[in-house]
Amino acid sequence: MELIKDLPEVFEEFAEQRQKSFLAVKELKEKGVPVVGSYCTYFPKEIAMAMGAGCVSLCSTSDETIPEAEKDLPKNLCPLIKSSYGFAKTDKCPFFYFSDVVVGETTCDGKKKMYEYMSEFKDVFVMELPNSQREPGLQLWKGEIIRFKEYLEQKFGVTITEEQIREAVKTENKARQSLKKLYEVMKHDPAPIKGQDLFKVLYGSTFKFDRSLIPGEVDALTAKIEKEYAEGKMEEKKPRILITGCPIGGATEKVIRAVEDNGGIVVTFENCSGAKSIDKMVDEDAEDIYDAIARRYLSIGCSVMTPNPNRLELLGRLIDEYQVDGVVDMILQACHTYNVETNTIRKFVTGEKGIPYISVETDYSQADIGQLNTRLAAFVEML
Amino acid sequence: MNYVGIDIGSTASKVVVEGDKKEHFVLPTGWSSKETCEKIKNKLLEMGVDVTSDETKVVATGYGRIAVDFADHVITEITCHARGGRELAGGDCSIIDVGGQDTKVIVVQNGMVADFQMNDKCSAGTGKFLEIMANRLGVTINELFDMAAAGEVIPISSLCTVFAESEVINYIGEGKKREDIAAGVVDSVANKVVQLAQKKELGDRVILTGGLSHSIYFTGILSDKLDQKVESEEFGRFAGAYGAALLAREKKDRRR
Repeated sequence: MELIKDLPEVFEEFAEQRQKSFLAVKELKEKGVPVVGSYCTYFPKEIAMAMGAGCVSLCSTSDETIPEAEKDLPKNLCPLIKSSYGFAKTDKCPFFYFSDVVVGETTCDGKKKMYEYMSEFKDVFVMELPNSQREPGLQLWKGEIIRFKEYLEQKFGVTITEEQIREAVKTENKARQSLKKLYEVMKHDPAPIKGQDLFKVLYGSTFKFDRSLIPGEVDALTAKIEKEYAEGKMEEKKPRILITGCPIGGATEKVIRAVEDNGGIVVTFENCSGAKSIDKMVDEDAEDIYDAIARRYLSIGCSVMTPNPNRLELLGRLIDEYQVDGVVDMILQACHTYNVETNTIRKFVTGEKGIPYISVETDYSQADIGQLNTRLAAFVEML
Repeated sequence: MNYVGIDIGSTASKVVVEGDKKEHFVLPTGWSSKETCEKIKNKLLEMGVDVTSDETKVVATGYGRIAVDFADHVITEITCHARGGRELAGGDCSIIDVGGQDTKVIVVQNGMVADFQMNDKCSAGTGKFLEIMANRLGVTINELFDMAAAGEVIPISSLCTVFAESEVINYIGEGKKREDIAAGVVDSVANKVVQLAQKKELGDRVILTGGLSHSIYFTGILSDKLDQKVESEEFGRFAGAYGAALLAREKKDRRR
């Protein structure tokens, strides 16, 4: 597949994918295809894909539904949890509305308690995610994946075979590999495109129901970026920033803009909107496919894990491979695990890696744009 | 050539000229940064510095930096304070800047910003806190400090400026001495500033900049709480503008 459209147009199309998928999800429903909604990178989507369900990320990135959520939830709770719950409660998220089941995980305390309230008005399946990545945790998580499969079989009156799961694993691995190849274009220095544009594609791709279409589209985009780069089309040379921390999207894209409006360029995202959810593949040839899926998902370096060595492993690798000049750690207000972990990350980044680090705490409002700009501009200036 | 540094703060706008002329002055920022910029432009012209001329380079900083439409460069107050502070200290140092709406701690190593920290979205520990409390006590900030020096600290425990104001109102109602309340107010600001500063490795030399930098009383309290000497700087109020002027000279053509 060769892209005829210009790059900016392609980026915008991905940016609009979320809205486009509003219609797509309705069509899926009309065709009788089950829809499974999720919030988190830990959701093992291969299981739902195996039965032919459409998987979709549910709305959680805008502050418009937070006041409604605060009627039931405390004010000093993470905005992602409040926003998710608010969208669900007000039925303002079409994906939520059309989801036959919503899958949650016992990641952080705020989320697992919120799911209790959500299950009062929606079918919510909560998977018990362990706190650590040791062997007993792995067995628990594998059991949860099988329990989820059985839940789907019972709810939809289907049988999910191992072959179907292996097919789904292959499909999703291919999508991951393509997205990985795409973000790897940012290894070039100067970078070929803006981090904001890369983000639009990564974020937009999470709203594609037919995961088998991703490789074709994304590979063509990567090829076009590489071709134009070879012809000399690229960004100016700028300080190269890695973004880590809480998931970014919607309202919090202000952090990416604050970096790039003030002289920096975001070359890689370590968070759930980037490498954290894409970097690792499921072992397709494993004898026990449930075990392989469980291992892959449990190895995600999220701050809810203790200890959490995999975050440092990925962070270190990305800093080296993308020649990163500085690390920005974005913390959502009241996200305890990421907030506590900032100290570990600071020590690792400034000590072991020897580059500057800044953590910024923010929420879904636009009230701190001025402060974000000053902090991040000053950070870029010191590089 | 003249190099002009303009620091549009939330309360005061500071201007420093380096080069053929050497000048410095301060104006209240008022409600319109744009209007203040016009005033600065005219005042500079009276001094014989034409900001529109090729013989003048202007660097703007401070929260109103984008309002300075005649600036050749716009640089954040962190970088400017670091440059100005380093010059005032005569080498590497840490800078504590208590500004009108921001308090920042900047660590300068090898002549460059190595690390910095700013207060969170809250006015506790900033000049704004002092301004509000001084108003409540019916005095100027300078008078507040003079009073505080003669008082005994009564604790103000609220971290929020609005709640702290209620606390002060309570003390007034109870008939507590103004001097003691003033001492409590200054102590509260110092505590918050020290909390911020302690998050960083400050190194051997620490200087205070911003509107309170000339106060030996305040640097004394900070020194006690930090257990490390904090030097007062007579010219500290102009550290940001001074740094901006120096950067105007050092930055040749890079326009951003």
